[in-house]
Amino acid sequence: MSRDRDLSDQILIGSARERGVARFRRWGLVAVPLLAILFQVYVPRYYESLRYLELPLLVTVYFALMRRSQIAGIFIGAGIGLVQDSLSPQPIGVFGLDLTLVGYFAASVGMRIDVEHVLIRFVLAFTLFVFHQSFYWALARAFLGQRVLFDLQHTAILGLLNAAVGVALFHFLDKLKE
Amino acid sequence: MDLLSRYRNVTVLALVIFAQLILLGYQVKSNQDIRLIRVWAVTAVTPIAKVIDTVRGGTVDSLGRYVNLHNLADENNQLGKEVGRLKLENQYLKSELRSADRAVALGAFQARNPSKTLPARVIGLSTSASSRVVFIDRGSLGGVMRGMAVITPDGIVGKVIAAYPTASQVLLLTDPTFAAGVISQKHRVRGTLVGLGQTSKCMVDYIQNEEKVETGEWFYTTGDDGVFPKGLPVGTVASAQPGQQDQLVYLAPSGLQGGLEEVLVILEGVHQPIPEGQAPASAVHLQTPAPDENASPAPGTPALSTEADRMRQRYQRIGEQENHTFGQGLPGSKPPDFNLDPDAAAARARAANTPSATPGVAAKPAGTPASSPTPASARPAAAVSKPAPAGVPAQ
Repeated sequence: MSRDRDLSDQILIGSARERGVARFRRWGLVAVPLLAILFQVYVPRYYESLRYLELPLLVTVYFALMRRSQIAGIFIGAGIGLVQDSLSPQPIGVFGLDLTLVGYFAASVGMRIDVEHVLIRFVLAFTLFVFHQSFYWALARAFLGQRVLFDLQHTAILGLLNAAVGVALFHFLDKLKE
Repeated sequence: MDLLSRYRNVTVLALVIFAQLILLGYQVKSNQDIRLIRVWAVTAVTPIAKVIDTVRGGTVDSLGRYVNLHNLADENNQLGKEVGRLKLENQYLKSELRSADRAVALGAFQARNPSKTLPARVIGLSTSASSRVVFIDRGSLGGVMRGMAVITPDGIVGKVIAAYPTASQVLLLTDPTFAAGVISQKHRVRGTLVGLGQTSKCMVDYIQNEEKVETGEWFYTTGDDGVFPKGLPVGTVASAQPGQQDQLVYLAPSGLQGGLEEVLVILEGVHQPIPEGQAPASAVHLQTPAPDENASPAPGTPALSTEADRMRQRYQRIGEQENHTFGQGLPGSKPPDFNLDPDAAAARARAANTPSATPGVAAKPAGTPASSPTPASARPAAAVSKPAPAGVPAQ
């Protein structure tokens, strides 16, 4: 009973310090999403397998989690998503909608849970990746009439890989906090 | 008001989502693009990608040199490091040579290709993992326009779907939304090339199960789609199997083999003939038309196909034998005798001139069937292989 309470104390926010909003350097807020998008545009040319690494999604999740503000999460997600849309052949708004919701959900979770915990970050990154893929699939089919395949097993494996990369990336991005 | 401030977050979320839904709906409904946002994003991102690409070459070289220098400092492994350095250098030079070879090949192809083309370099990919789209470093300032074809000397690559001032977006032929008209070299089977989202495979749709497609057979562009000029190679058939409705024909695209670095954008396309393949294995033989026993035209005259033609010629010959010009006889004058047999009259005339000749045989060329109106070699191939349709004159 006591161990369960300890675990829940570790996960849930219990102090004012944990509730505090993380501040980032301004250039970091612009440069990091831009670099994430550049990575997606440029690096898979040489390493095809890295095509499935969703860095813009992971960056959205991180900033939304750490800002702990739903409105900030909405605008961070919408901004990154719209830039991502602009560099893709599909109509503008598909990734925008997707990442807006991801940003909102991530910020909502960040307000209630201790997002500094590695396990929490891993689970969140995985869950939001699966949500992102499912929502994108639904949008592409419903709005664009595209025949996009959705393989749950494949998505789950990619989700685990993205979550692993996400945990390392989040650790690195923690250094950018003021 | 209190309600709005209480649910401020959800209200903002709803507004942002609603705005994007409107934006998305407008684009899907009107099939128009929000070009301004794209121009900003592409103009912001592609120059950086271009710089990174240039810096990468230098960095790789510098890193190689640094590693080599570091290794040289290690005296214990002097010889091994020296070999390593030479290997790296060799690799670098090989890479440079390959790059130069590609550039030379591209230049040579550009010179002999009748279409007006513009060389370009691939500098980035699309942000969407499900689509196969690349960015090239030539844009509208270089004359690139939406809808232009993109090729390599090995085959077609894709088409330009958006042209920005400094860069363009090219939809690769492996993208699921790509389509182009193609035709097989050997059996001239037409179909529509569609991408599957895979790097090494495409599909040719709308080929019926009855049509013959062989593995290894080449497919070329038909020029019907308004994007690719006719006669550009597309790829070879990797497999062809009968499907439920149409055949499942998979192609290995030749233009994407060996990576995608330099490409050519076709500014003004010129259609070319599709190279001849081998003759179909199951050739169909069409018998020459049956000879007409009644027809006996004069040498040099075209074959007669209808009864009216034969009657007209008979009357002409009667007129010639009786020195009558049709259309000039006055009312009351004596008309020609149409009951006369012109062949018999001609035979009598020839017998009077050459008594030893056999009528009707000596006048024909050797080896020609007695009833054949003209020698086979003197007629067009189509007329030899099949009879002319009823009512259509042979010439």
